[in-house]
Amino acid sequence: MKTIKVSVVTPDGPVYDAEVEMVSTKAKSGELGVMAGHVPMVAPLDIAAVRLKKENGTEYVAVNGGFLEVRPDVVTILAQSAERAETIDVARAQAAKARAEKRLADNQGAIDVERAELALKRAINRIQISEMK
Amino acid sequence: MASLRDIKTRINSTKKTSQITKAMQMVSASKMNRAEANAKAFVPYMEKIQEVVASIASGSNNASHPMLVSRPVKKTGYLVITSDRGLAGAYNSSVLRHVYKTIQERHTSSNEYVIIAIGRMGRDFFVNRGINVELEVTGVPDQPSFADINSLTKSTVNLYLNELCDELYMYYNHYVSPIQQDVTEKKVLPLSDINSSGGKLTSYEFEPDEEAILKVLLPQYAESLIYGALLDGKASEHSARMTAMKNATDNAKELISALDLQYNRARQAAITQEITEIVGGAAALE
Repeated sequence: MKTIKVSVVTPDGPVYDAEVEMVSTKAKSGELGVMAGHVPMVAPLDIAAVRLKKENGTEYVAVNGGFLEVRPDVVTILAQSAERAETIDVARAQAAKARAEKRLADNQGAIDVERAELALKRAINRIQISEMK
Repeated sequence: MASLRDIKTRINSTKKTSQITKAMQMVSASKMNRAEANAKAFVPYMEKIQEVVASIASGSNNASHPMLVSRPVKKTGYLVITSDRGLAGAYNSSVLRHVYKTIQERHTSSNEYVIIAIGRMGRDFFVNRGINVELEVTGVPDQPSFADINSLTKSTVNLYLNELCDELYMYYNHYVSPIQQDVTEKKVLPLSDINSSGGKLTSYEFEPDEEAILKVLLPQYAESLIYGALLDGKASEHSARMTAMKNATDNAKELISALDLQYNRARQAAITQEITEIVGGAAALE
């Protein structure tokens, strides 16, 4: 099957670089699947998993927003942070989740609700993905 | 002439100082290598994001975003990147002098600008001069990760989006080589000078549309510019400190050799004097 090169790049360096059969992820506008030969495209991503389907199984990368760029020969995902499923620190994600939940629970109106919700979403996303590997 | 013991004490204390500066030099050298590697790791991200921004911004002129449009400037933001600690030669002072001079030249009243300071030296400099520092981050680690300054970059970009400042400049030391760092002024916002620097531009499909993408992309781009400057600044900081400490060590060595010479002369003089005294004493007995 035809493959397409995928690279996941963050400010702290490249996270993922490989040939895959299909990339599927959740864009802001809905689920999105990209295979070789896709028309050039740019789409912002949601905080979600990026599923990279290969011949021998699927790999998962957790992305924290960012966007996806499709070119004829390469798919690039630019995110402010991204982690591969096997490198996710589950304990840290759990701690982040608990912290965000607590902050939302004792909301005194003084905190940035949007930020806490985003943090919670990121933590849940990371925990879920770490379970999928 | 200083006594033998005085000279010995000075030699010892200079030796100790040089040991310390030597150690600091080596620490900075290793930190510099890592900072350089960090800055390199960031390059692919920056290049990519620049490419996409350029192709979107130049590809269609109907997409607009407040960050792309210049508006009349009522207030200017200055983002100044310095270190937390001194002992880095002219690293901090050259940036601060440059910024201070620029501000003095461009503005007559303190309502016309805001300062955003990264690093304790920069913050203290402006606070001491009674200049209001709008946002500050101190204690940035030597190998900053994007998460470390995420909140600063976000609030800085928001400052612009909420029209609390109408343009944003960044000042930092650009890392040229381990012995050369240049003070750099860079205009961050508005993003008016995104040039499609060579390369073929792909025409993209936009999902859902250009506006929505620019909304995500441009803040991320501006934030990465700031982060890139910070990484650059960190590499410069460590190399400046390394050079400063190398100079200090060299100077200490020079001082020690001068003192050694002085010590030996004094010792020789003392011996000569002693012999003269003995000979004199013996002659007196005869």
